[in-house]
Amino acid sequence: MELTHKTLANIEIVSPDGRIDQFSAESFQTALAPYLANCQKGGAALVLDFSAVDYISSLGLRVLMLASRQVKTQDGRIAIANLQPIVEEVFKITRFHLVFSIYQSVESACESLA
Amino acid sequence: MKIHFWGTRGSIPIAITAQDIRAKLAYALARSVGRDLSSAVHIDHYLDSLPFDASATFGGNTSCVTLEADAAEPIILDLGSGARSMGLYMLSRFGATTPLTYHVFMSHFHWDHIMGFPFFTPAYIPGNHIIIHSCHDEVESAFRKQHAEPFFPVNFKQLGARIEFDLMQPGAIYQIGGYEVRAKKQLHVGDSYGWRFERAGKILVYSTDSEHKLEKAGEVDSFVEFFRNADLVIFDAMFSLAEAISAKADWGHSSNIVGIELCQLARARRLALFHHEPASSDAQISEMLAESRRFEEITRSEHPVEVIAAWDGLEMTL
Repeated sequence: MELTHKTLANIEIVSPDGRIDQFSAESFQTALAPYLANCQKGGAALVLDFSAVDYISSLGLRVLMLASRQVKTQDGRIAIANLQPIVEEVFKITRFHLVFSIYQSVESACESLA
Repeated sequence: MKIHFWGTRGSIPIAITAQDIRAKLAYALARSVGRDLSSAVHIDHYLDSLPFDASATFGGNTSCVTLEADAAEPIILDLGSGARSMGLYMLSRFGATTPLTYHVFMSHFHWDHIMGFPFFTPAYIPGNHIIIHSCHDEVESAFRKQHAEPFFPVNFKQLGARIEFDLMQPGAIYQIGGYEVRAKKQLHVGDSYGWRFERAGKILVYSTDSEHKLEKAGEVDSFVEFFRNADLVIFDAMFSLAEAISAKADWGHSSNIVGIELCQLARARRLALFHHEPASSDAQISEMLAESRRFEEITRSEHPVEVIAAWDGLEMTL
C-alpha cells in the first residue's frame, strides 16, 4: 500500500487509501513503519488521514494497535482524522475509539496536536 | 442435530443478584401500565415483547454444551458448572436406571471447564459409561486430581460409572458416537482444542478459550478451514477486539469481531457468541450482540452470518 503524505508545520499527515484488510494490512504496516519511527518525543506529530479508507478489518486494526503502542513508547503523538461513517462505526464497535484520539477533520487534529 | 447450552459464561460461575432481579422487575412493571395482563397468555405475550436482557438472563454457569441426534450417543462439550443441571436433565430424560454412554470432549482443564464433573450425577450411577476425549496427555490425571482431597470429598475411585479416557490427536478424523470428529489446537495457556462435529450434512464447531493473535496469515487460514461451511460456530467472544489485542493480550481469549470475520471467510451460517465475560451484565451482553449484528451487516459481502449470543438453557436444532 502506498501512503501519500504531507508535512504541515510540525505535523506529518499520512493518508492511506482503500481497504485495510487481510490482503493489505501487512503492506500498510510496512508503509507506515518509517513514519512511526520518526514519531518521537519532541518530533513531528503523526496524523492518519482516513478520509479515503472505506474499510478496516481486525488485521488492519491490529496494525493500528501496534502503531499506538510504538508511538507511546517513543513519547510521540499520533491521532486519526476523517473517519468515514462506516469506519467510524467499526472503531466504536471494536472499542478502538478508546485507543486513539479521533478527530472530525485533519484541521482539527492539527489544531489539537500543534 | 440438537444443541443445548447449559453453561455459557467464561472463567467463573456468576449468579444473578437480588438487585439485578429487582431492576428487571422495575423495568417490566414500568412498561406494563395500560397493558392487558388478565391471563397467563397475555402475560406471556407481554414478556415476549420485552428485550431479552429485561425479561431473562444469559445465565452464569460456565462452559457446558450438549449435542444430541437420533440414534447417536450424547455428546458433551466441556464440563463447566453447567454440567450439574445437564446431568439432572439426562437422568430425567432417560431415567436413572437406563445405562447410557456419554462422550465428553474437553477443550482443556482450566477449572471453569472441568468444575462441573463432581456434580454430574450420571458419573455416580453404575451402568453408565463415560468416555472423556481429549488431546491433552494429562487428561486422566486432571480428572483424578479434581476428585481427590483436598479439592473434593468423594474420590474418583468411588464413582459408579465406568469412566474411560481417550487420548486423541488434533487434525485426525475420528468416528465417535455417530459423528465425524476432528480437533484443532488453539492458542491458550497450556493449549486448548476446538472440536468440529459432522453428521448427516450438518456441521457444528466448538471453539472456546482460543486467542487469535492476527499475526500470521496461516493462523487465520487454518481457522477458516476448521470453520468451513459450519452450520453453527460456538466462539469465545469474551472481550472487545481492542481489549483482546492490547490490555488483555495473552489472556487466551478472543472477540466478537474476530469470530464474525472468521465465519464470514469460512462461509459459516451461524455464530454463537460464547464464554461471556463474568463482569458483563445481561444488558452489556445484549449490547455486544447488537453491535456484533451491526458489524456483520456493514462488513457483509454476499454471505450473511446470523449472530446470536448463547445463554444458559438455549436450545437450537441444526
